[in-house]
Amino acid sequence: MEPRYPKCLDPKTKPSNFCPGCGYGIILKTLGQVIDEMEVAPRTVFAVDIGCNLLAWNYYKLDTIQTHHGRVTPLCVGYKRANRESVTIGIAGDGGLYAIGLQSFLHAAHRDDPVTIIGVNNTIYAMTGGQLAPTSLLGQVTDTSPQGKFTYEKPVLGPELAKEMASSSAYLARGSILNIPQMKGMLKAAIERQLAGHFAFVEIMSYCPTNWKTDAQQSIETLEKLEETFKVGVINA
Amino acid sequence: MAVKKELLTGNDVVLKAALLAGAEYFAGYPITPSTEIMNGWAKEAADNPKLLFLQTEDETSAGMAVIGGLLAGKKTWTVTSGVGHILIQDPLVLAETLSLPFVMYVGQRGGPSTGTVIYSQQELNLARYGGNSEGLRVVYAPSNIQELFEITQKAFNTAWRYRLPTIILGDGYLTKTLSPVDTSRVIPAEKAEAIFLNKDVKNLRNCFSREDELAEHLNILFAKYAAASRQIVESESYKTNDAKIVIFAWGTVGFAAKVAVANLRKQNKRVGLFRPITMRPFDDRGAIKAVQKADKILIAESSGGQFGRIVRETLTQATDAEYVRLYKPAEGITSEEIEAKIKEIY
Repeated sequence: MEPRYPKCLDPKTKPSNFCPGCGYGIILKTLGQVIDEMEVAPRTVFAVDIGCNLLAWNYYKLDTIQTHHGRVTPLCVGYKRANRESVTIGIAGDGGLYAIGLQSFLHAAHRDDPVTIIGVNNTIYAMTGGQLAPTSLLGQVTDTSPQGKFTYEKPVLGPELAKEMASSSAYLARGSILNIPQMKGMLKAAIERQLAGHFAFVEIMSYCPTNWKTDAQQSIETLEKLEETFKVGVINA
Repeated sequence: MAVKKELLTGNDVVLKAALLAGAEYFAGYPITPSTEIMNGWAKEAADNPKLLFLQTEDETSAGMAVIGGLLAGKKTWTVTSGVGHILIQDPLVLAETLSLPFVMYVGQRGGPSTGTVIYSQQELNLARYGGNSEGLRVVYAPSNIQELFEITQKAFNTAWRYRLPTIILGDGYLTKTLSPVDTSRVIPAEKAEAIFLNKDVKNLRNCFSREDELAEHLNILFAKYAAASRQIVESESYKTNDAKIVIFAWGTVGFAAKVAVANLRKQNKRVGLFRPITMRPFDDRGAIKAVQKADKILIAESSGGQFGRIVRETLTQATDAEYVRLYKPAEGITSEEIEAKIKEIY
């Protein structure tokens, strides 16, 4: 039996270029299912940042643009304002969203711009080979923290941070690829909230076996451990 | 159409011209001396629900929002200056590689750094080749308010006709001055078209996996730019046919130089002016033709030689004339100063 891919995925560009065991495949496939089920593909515009997610530039049969480092949010905001009927979805990593693109991310939340932003958190800059990210945990060894020493005590908690500036109508949640049905529900809620005219953000905890240097079992265990710090759930309903 | 003179500031003129050109959407961030244009748009948009306005958190976001608007098919534009102009090069190079009709007015400030806030001609290199640009953009340089009115309209048309990012490079002297403008000179506006959610699915990328893929993409863009350049390039040669001295100047200084040439001609001095109207593409042929009789070339500009380097590179093989420099980085240059300099070297 052929695997049942979402209709909005482009089979011509598969298999994708993500590393074996990467979490992005699960996230993008789930997002594709949500887009199909909500029947919004004809009016969906997708934007990717720089980082591993740039590989999704031709993942879907959806109008898609690769932006620059950390710039996915303002591009989505700019597009949506010009096309209110659209479903505008942007995706970025934790580096793109919480370091170089933090200002734009927080201000979109502050202005309550009706876009759906997905932030994929693997606590590392993965595309560039594993550097310290704003989400890295105390003691985490990365290429730029070889002794696991850096100055901040706690990682950036994206949805919780956004709540400080976001409108009370914003949707803010954290899901995980370890709980796909829950993540799928969050993605659906985030698109619905955009359609209701408000900012929506879902952070998704994901694994990076390449940079974590973990096998399948260790990847799951590492992610479970991370979820003790990055608590999965709806932060602003 | 009958001449219709109105007393306007350059800021009013940019706004009026943008609206006549069909601008529908403005995204920007305040910075002197360009802020008044943004304020003007915000006021217009408050009264007209068809006009969209977004004040962003910085200029990179403003430029990215402009790109979003362009993908939706709205004539979207912005204004900026100085360090804002530096930041906006990030989205501008994205517009270059995606061939997007990004329109931007720049009010030049003194530099490097935040320098001064009203006037200079020091953002020329940045406008022509800022970021990691290959110069796949058009840069217009109006020299007076009437020209500002016409060039701003033209910039939108050039951007949409040829799908090229287009910059209008001005300064605060130009936009803060009140002058009579013939506003009957309206140019028919090009049509805009949505890129996204229009016909075929488009997957746009700026990051290529292989060097040969990017090279192929760039060679197409270069060929298109070369073809478009022949239609776009513009300059003014004023009394250069028999000129012993040809002044090279642009923008506001170009206008001062023209006044100087007119005065000097009354004193039977064989002086002319070459003034580029498009700073990129640059009218090499026009420049070479203008110096055929010249034994001296006076380069006058309010920078440390950004324009002079273009002139000397362009004319390398074309003339043995002596170069005289009137470089006043960050400072204005009057017609009297140019006249005095010509008399000194004549």
